[in-house]
Amino acid sequence: MSNVTMTVNGKSVTRDVPDTTLLSDFLREDLRLTGTHVGCDTSQCGACVVHVDGRAIKACTALAVSLDGSDVTTIEGIADGAQLHPMQAAFNAHHGLQCGFCTPGMIMAGIDMVNRYQAEGTPLTEEAIRHELEGNICRCTGYHNIVKAIEDAAGAMSGMAKAAE
Amino acid sequence: MSEGIGARVARKEDKRFITGKGKYTDDIRMENQAYAAFVRSPHAHAKVAGIDASAAEAMDGVIAVLNGHELTGDGIGNIICGWAITSKDGSPMNMGAWSALATEKVRYVGDAVAVVIAESQALARLAAEAVEVDYKELPAVAFADKALESGAPEIHDNAPGNLIYDWEIGEAAATDAAIAGAAHVTELEVTNNRLSPNPMEPRSAVATFDASEDHYTLYTTSQNPHVARLVLSAFYNVAPEHKLRVIAPDVGGGFGSKIYIYPEEITCLWASMKTGRSVKWTSDRSEAFMTDAHGRDHITTAKMGFDADGKIVGFKVDTVANFGAYMSLFSSAVPTYLYATLLSGQYNISNVHCNVRAVYTNTVPVDAYRGAGRPEACYLIERMMETAARELGMDPGDLRRKNFIQSFPHETPVIMTYDAGDFDGNLDKALAAAKIADFPARKAEAAARGKLRGIGYSCYIEACGIAPSAAVGSLGAGVGLWESAEVRVNPVGTIEILTGSHSHGQGHETTFAQVVAERFGVPIDNVSIVHGDTDKVQFGMGTYGSRSGAVGLSAIVKAMDKVEAKVKKIAAHTLEASEDDIVIEGGEVKVAGTDKAMAWHEVGLAAYTGHNLPDGLEPGLKEGAFYDPVNFTFPAGAYIAEVEVDPDTGVTEVVQFTAADDFGTIINPMIVEGQVHGGVAQGIGQAMLEQVVYDEDGQLITGSYMDYTMPRAADVPFYTIEHNTTVCPNNPLGIKGCGEAGAIGAPPAVINAITDAIGTNDLQMPATPQAVWSALQTVKTPMAAE
Repeated sequence: MSNVTMTVNGKSVTRDVPDTTLLSDFLREDLRLTGTHVGCDTSQCGACVVHVDGRAIKACTALAVSLDGSDVTTIEGIADGAQLHPMQAAFNAHHGLQCGFCTPGMIMAGIDMVNRYQAEGTPLTEEAIRHELEGNICRCTGYHNIVKAIEDAAGAMSGMAKAAE
Repeated sequence: MSEGIGARVARKEDKRFITGKGKYTDDIRMENQAYAAFVRSPHAHAKVAGIDASAAEAMDGVIAVLNGHELTGDGIGNIICGWAITSKDGSPMNMGAWSALATEKVRYVGDAVAVVIAESQALARLAAEAVEVDYKELPAVAFADKALESGAPEIHDNAPGNLIYDWEIGEAAATDAAIAGAAHVTELEVTNNRLSPNPMEPRSAVATFDASEDHYTLYTTSQNPHVARLVLSAFYNVAPEHKLRVIAPDVGGGFGSKIYIYPEEITCLWASMKTGRSVKWTSDRSEAFMTDAHGRDHITTAKMGFDADGKIVGFKVDTVANFGAYMSLFSSAVPTYLYATLLSGQYNISNVHCNVRAVYTNTVPVDAYRGAGRPEACYLIERMMETAARELGMDPGDLRRKNFIQSFPHETPVIMTYDAGDFDGNLDKALAAAKIADFPARKAEAAARGKLRGIGYSCYIEACGIAPSAAVGSLGAGVGLWESAEVRVNPVGTIEILTGSHSHGQGHETTFAQVVAERFGVPIDNVSIVHGDTDKVQFGMGTYGSRSGAVGLSAIVKAMDKVEAKVKKIAAHTLEASEDDIVIEGGEVKVAGTDKAMAWHEVGLAAYTGHNLPDGLEPGLKEGAFYDPVNFTFPAGAYIAEVEVDPDTGVTEVVQFTAADDFGTIINPMIVEGQVHGGVAQGIGQAMLEQVVYDEDGQLITGSYMDYTMPRAADVPFYTIEHNTTVCPNNPLGIKGCGEAGAIGAPPAVINAITDAIGTNDLQMPATPQAVWSALQTVKTPMAAE
């Protein structure tokens, strides 16, 4: 057992967990944040993507004890109160989800790729989005509306970033 | 535009999913919850000589290790196939026994022999590895054709030669004669590759036995909770129906694989009773590959005869279907009444004959997967048409048009009666949207880049909305296939719809509300859809086979008819008018042509106060209905794929995909398009990427996403979707269904395009780069070099 302290969605949390506890289990079972899903166990499907210190990672591949002191954001933590994050709003507007199981990972991966491309000043093309989604599998949507949603959210997030400047 | 029928309304249910608040089975945690892990056979075929669970039982935190002898000893019944098929010699199908936990013998890798119940999931899995099973290995067979060979290992004692049934449909002699007299005969051998459905949410179950009430509650990943309860009660003897509540909460995709009741749910219920604990099991992905019912896996040889004018005179088909180690719930219907009955395709064919042999092998059971039989039929017919067009030197569109059925209703030689359609119109729309006239220029431009560009068509038809209960009963179904609904208008005018359909991604909470909004003029936010809980909802048959619109919504319409009749009685009484003059418009219940009106909610209030109702009218405003369809529905369409092949590597890209579908009435075009997108992606997956691989000894090679290639975002293009609507004449809204079309129509379009590009027809699915490259090596002069 180890004592782990993290900031999760802006709140400090401390738990004693077995050293073998994956971040995905820590979030789902210890913190009961069940929006982070586990779809494959081999780091292929991306349903478990969360942000750790501002970068997207697969929560099924990280040990909770290795992230002591980290700042973790999950799907539950990206809306501003009742105000949806532009990526969430875009997934709704473009019908970018059907069963919803891969959706948290898709949204977290989408936000991360938009942030990275905007930081680099690189345009996020359709081809780039499809390439960046290599680690996220959706069985329902055929990706069409997910790509459209991320394209649209990228525009909205760019507007947000400019407004904040 | 309103929120009613035809409106592109954003989904109401999305909010909980995009905020991480969806509630899936694995998100549920009961008080006093323990965890199950299954001890699974590593062998494809073996005798179970003994089980030593002592080491596992001695581990701290292990509550129990239970085996199949205890399970059957407690009277838990065998898992059954619910559709009886009779062989052509009149004999019944040979269904072998399937116990939720194997007792004497294991028959596929993954077959469960015992279950460990422990305080944590990790501990349960660890303890399962500590259970020692004494297996005596037997020779195994994984492939259907090999299983039929003499001397093949026999898997069930009551299925000699591994044959489950040998069934036929159509007139054999007439078809043979027609083909013998044909001016041209096209022959084809196709394999329809074995797939794993792979909904992203793995299967899961949380079972709780309440000893004080002798009552069970099961949360599970089901497309049809009432069917689950029925089967668990009537056949598996877990508990009578009134002592068993089945809840299918948010379910993360199904594609057929969550229709069936599997050993794990049965075992968790029973183990909860044995241990006095809630028992949870959640599959990991490798377990899903090993236990979720697979799809397809046909080997087919076929001949199609044409007269000198290019008209089809006969179609003769011989199919061997791999059923895996046990007969899953609807497995027997898939290669018979869901497959062979569609072999007339969109074409006017006088003579069709199909023979199907269903075969046991030492593999995961095979059952319905998105399309279920219809993709196999469509693939065969549409590969056949394209191949014949090439052999005859005809344009593939022209050959199809020459044979299209033009008038409806049309009775095929394989017992279907198509009710409506416009096959020329579908193809016209697809060709226009695909800018077919520019294809030669696109091909030349690709050639200049060193790529081989090809085009392929597929004109699919399918049967959905399964189906008239009497008809399926006469064909062997053990259930009726109607649907139920209840419409509850609350005193404040808001409406709850209780439906037997189940949404696991289809968007019923939005589309069903749209239909209600259209009818009663209330906002969709005032309509809620209740489904997925046998304690809340009346018995319903669930969602599969693209039936929720055609059948489920029809039941809702029927119940709304009854509500409307009562609303009119109340309004006529209150407004002192004749019932015949009452109309419901814009949220009001009015006397037509006057300014006399009641607000919708005032009628609800009047119904529930009961202060002033017509003599003899009961208070309240709630009506139920069961709807039994009068026919299947027949969605149809034309798909056009364009691919580019890199001749050096065989790497193939789908660069353009056009779908023109006829789904009948469309409630929400955005959701319908989403269904086509997803179906086409699965079809492209089948055509180019996906394949469950077993070795000859029945070892599963593709046991994770490292080995089984799922379509990813870069594997598919944006899709162009067109609609060409003919209304279904047989249900109240005119709906045909849209859930499976993409997966049915896409594979032949893709393979026709690739074979067009590479200049050889000798290619089977999945068309991996290696397969395409190998096929290319047999062609001396690739087309691009011409």
